[in-house]
Amino acid sequence: MYDAGRYDVIVIGAGHAGVEAGLAAAKRGAKTLMLTLNLDLIAFMPCNPSVGGPAKGVVVREIDALGGHMGKTIDKTHIQMKLLNTSKGPAVRALRAQADKVLYQQEMKYVIENQENLTLRQGMVEKLLIEDDQIKGVMTETKACYYADQVIVTTGTFMRGKVLIGDIEYESGPNNQRPTILLSEQLEELGFELVRFKTGTPMRVNSHTIDYSKTEIQPGDEVPRAFSYETTEFITDQIPCWLTYTGEVTHQIIDENLQKSAMYSGAERGAGPRYCPSIEDKIVRFNDKPRHQVFLEPEGRKTDEVYVQGLSTSLPEYVQKKLLETVPGLENAEIMRAGYAIEYDAVVPTQLWPTLETKKIAGLYTAGQINGTSGYEEAAAQGIMAGINAAAQALDKEPLILDRSQAYIGVLIDDLVTKGTDEPYRLLTSRAEYRLLLRHDNADLRLTDIGYDMEMITEERYAMFNRKKDLIQDEIARLEKTRIKPTKEIQEIIEEIGGSQLKDGILAADLLRRPEVKYDTIKRIVPTEDQLPEDVEEQVEIHIKYEGYIKKSNQQVEKMRKMENKLIPDHINYDEVHGLATEAQDKLKEVRPLSVGQASRIAGVNPADVSILLVYLEQGMRSKVSNE
Amino acid sequence: MEQDTIAAISTPVGEGAIAIVRLSGEEAFTIANRLFQTKDFQQVDSHTIHYGKLVDPKTNELVEEVMVSVMRGPKTFTREDIIEINCHGGMVSVNRVLQLALREGARLAEPGEFTKRAFLNGRIDLSQAEAVMDLIRSKTDRAMSVALKQMDGRLSSLIRDLRQQLIETVAHVEVNIDYPEYDDVEEMTHTVLTDKTTYVKTEVEKLLQTAKQGKILREGIGTAIIGKPNVGKSSLMNILAHENKAIVTEIPGTTRDVIEEYVNVRGVPLRLIDTAGIRETEDIVEKIGVERSRQALQEADLILLVLNGNESFTEEDAALFEAAKDMDFIAIVNKSDLEMKLDLDQVRQAAGDAPVITTSLIHEQGIDELESAIGDTFFDGSIDSGDLTYVSNVRHIQLLEQAETALQDALEAMENDMPLDLVQIDITRTWELLGEIIGEDVNDSLIDQLFSQFCLGK
Repeated sequence: MYDAGRYDVIVIGAGHAGVEAGLAAAKRGAKTLMLTLNLDLIAFMPCNPSVGGPAKGVVVREIDALGGHMGKTIDKTHIQMKLLNTSKGPAVRALRAQADKVLYQQEMKYVIENQENLTLRQGMVEKLLIEDDQIKGVMTETKACYYADQVIVTTGTFMRGKVLIGDIEYESGPNNQRPTILLSEQLEELGFELVRFKTGTPMRVNSHTIDYSKTEIQPGDEVPRAFSYETTEFITDQIPCWLTYTGEVTHQIIDENLQKSAMYSGAERGAGPRYCPSIEDKIVRFNDKPRHQVFLEPEGRKTDEVYVQGLSTSLPEYVQKKLLETVPGLENAEIMRAGYAIEYDAVVPTQLWPTLETKKIAGLYTAGQINGTSGYEEAAAQGIMAGINAAAQALDKEPLILDRSQAYIGVLIDDLVTKGTDEPYRLLTSRAEYRLLLRHDNADLRLTDIGYDMEMITEERYAMFNRKKDLIQDEIARLEKTRIKPTKEIQEIIEEIGGSQLKDGILAADLLRRPEVKYDTIKRIVPTEDQLPEDVEEQVEIHIKYEGYIKKSNQQVEKMRKMENKLIPDHINYDEVHGLATEAQDKLKEVRPLSVGQASRIAGVNPADVSILLVYLEQGMRSKVSNE
Repeated sequence: MEQDTIAAISTPVGEGAIAIVRLSGEEAFTIANRLFQTKDFQQVDSHTIHYGKLVDPKTNELVEEVMVSVMRGPKTFTREDIIEINCHGGMVSVNRVLQLALREGARLAEPGEFTKRAFLNGRIDLSQAEAVMDLIRSKTDRAMSVALKQMDGRLSSLIRDLRQQLIETVAHVEVNIDYPEYDDVEEMTHTVLTDKTTYVKTEVEKLLQTAKQGKILREGIGTAIIGKPNVGKSSLMNILAHENKAIVTEIPGTTRDVIEEYVNVRGVPLRLIDTAGIRETEDIVEKIGVERSRQALQEADLILLVLNGNESFTEEDAALFEAAKDMDFIAIVNKSDLEMKLDLDQVRQAAGDAPVITTSLIHEQGIDELESAIGDTFFDGSIDSGDLTYVSNVRHIQLLEQAETALQDALEAMENDMPLDLVQIDITRTWELLGEIIGEDVNDSLIDQLFSQFCLGK
């Protein structure tokens, strides 16, 4: 055992949570150490080679607005990018990129290596050093002791990880990396409640052995796109994905071999995610479906490996081979890596404060898949928040908790720490009550100020952001006071877009509120002095067109905030609160909500309990005043 | 903290001489102003009481004449602005007033909420905090058990069915959003969603309609006996009352001096309207004038039209049939003990689908037939409540009215070509509102639905 040095913050793990945590803590000025099992697998994507999608894509932009790196990195390393849901409303649009896995890792590693205050080391943490329920540091298996009062654990699916393929099973992290056993054991000894989850991944096949002529091409968008508000260079040579389908014969093979699947052989297994089912699950649960989609996604530019999205499985390898033979285009496909399921320990997330610090051990944080989530974006979101808060604790600054109306990140963390989860948690747009406010197009407007206050946004970017804000405000103000007269010329333009003729003069903003009118039309009728940037025009259009709905949402937010602002002191003794239902009492003791708002979201705490809690808090406050 | 305005009936349930609807909160005065168009309670002195006519702002219909107490915060029970509307006793009028207050923007108070506010606003002494908490608990428990009792099994299964349809629709919209490349489901369209929304709205409106019918059931079927003088109206009245033990309730101090008698005919509650008029003068028209008798007819749900079998069909009789023609009525040909001079075919023709009963009220003949005809009219669905799912609880009515508004908003948004994910906000809201009626937890059920309805994954 030797003293390997002192830091403000130590991050265990360098996956998607770990890298954002380390970068955030370092940027805030905390002396930070990142420890990972394997320096060659930083920000590794063990499952699908893609970033973003509905809700998740918005999270990537939120991370970017807070000064995180996922967006910038994927902007530099994707092989294609798409804007999804373009035919729907602005609230649900989102970007998704297919990643070049190797480039993504390289780029992220480079960013980390160049980050001031951040030290990167290879090493397996064997033990958390704890004194009097306060974290003091970590010890690696090579007996190096690193000391810090803040430690963030981001060990993903490595804790007691177990890989399952057919009847083969062995202890392992994803992609045959070494699992972490001792950490799980120590957390249990410390009294943490762990839960067993599982997830899976499909086989990768050799691109040369795919007959693409039997599949449908899935290209990226022709328009250049980017997640990050800082990206100025766009990738133009994109690589397509391909779409094919399983068929009746595929399903027959799976059905016949179901007992051979690790997940269906009858053994008790951890809970798997419903939204990421194996092909076995799909066949069993939806046996009336004649076919299922299979997307073929290249894993990068300089590799032949293709990810077979839709065929996640834990069937034996020879069955995997057999079922590929029934899928058009994959008849002769060679498996380069077999699909597998992985089981792992996760920390029950109601044991965390909304800062992601554990309630049991001061200074100990957990973030990412260890908290029962799934997805790179969900992991990165927790990582950046844990990094921000661990650094805040180290540097004696205010913690940052985002609420449900500010960001999907807020929804994610509030759900986790308030409600917990009984399956790997994935963000969906429907989890957000204020979806219309949490758009991908306004992530910067929502969070850049916060990122700047955290000193994670450069002055240059902040100035640019403020310019954008001003331009939006000015243009909205202009349209709200510019009156359009029904001249012949204007009537013609309106007729051209299929609108009904103007009877009188109309405010430009009111004209824009008509369903058939877009900002482009307004621009033709009342042009601006200078051409406005596209993202400014977009904001103006959304703001005016959906004003009614946005106002409604904002009113709800205001109502919610009132309850969020009623804080519950940490020392509250729920046994003393007269009249609380027993179930509510138990739940409140478990979750220890910070505010009445958070308390009201706990399942089992009903409105009467909330009222009683309010009365109790008022009583406490008044007696305090009278004692002083 | 909660700045919204709450309302509730603050007198005990049951028949009292007066009943009070109390409003507390920032908007108490403005809501009251909307209900009493001629008054501005913002301008009157605090702690004063005012006479006023309460008008339904939607229909401009006079609801009742009432007394209104105006108390400006903070010198009030809750320390907020308070309005107390003193209505006539009986659940009908006070419920109506409460419903109007809710429709105009008040929220139905939670059990014990006035007391809670009084406490939170510092009006109630600290030592009473525990009593306040107990009060909330016990009132909530009681309200819950009452609500459960009131909940008709048919109503909850109907609502459950509507919610299921809504959530399937919402899940469909959601799957389009969260899984844009999933090709097993058609893209939800405005047309499909409009149809679905319109259907649910119709059902919700039907339920609200039954709220009225439920009222009839509880309050009795307003029954008017009409006929020329001396055909036997008072005999009919007396027989119905005598046979069925009438309960006479005097409603004092209203615009009209009416005595209503409640009788229960084979399980069908009848409220005999303006019987005083009939009794004293044998002629409703004579007693209260043509206008008033028309009004009496309008208020009636059932008309008993009495004819004299011993006389031929007159123009007056024809006029009575004309007045009753759009309503539920039963034609009674009385005095069958005397020579039949009335052309029964003519009567049947005039009556159309309505039953024609022959009686001799003096000899108490034909009463059974009449009573079973009333029962038939009632259970046949012509007064539609034989198999009636009806809504009676004020809270349920308020929630249904809000659901109706949300559905209307959704339909309007679709007309304006708003994107479905925005339209969906109001549809989800409807689903939540209906859930509140049957006390169903909203947590996560949408996501459960999403994954059981569709096969999703990577």
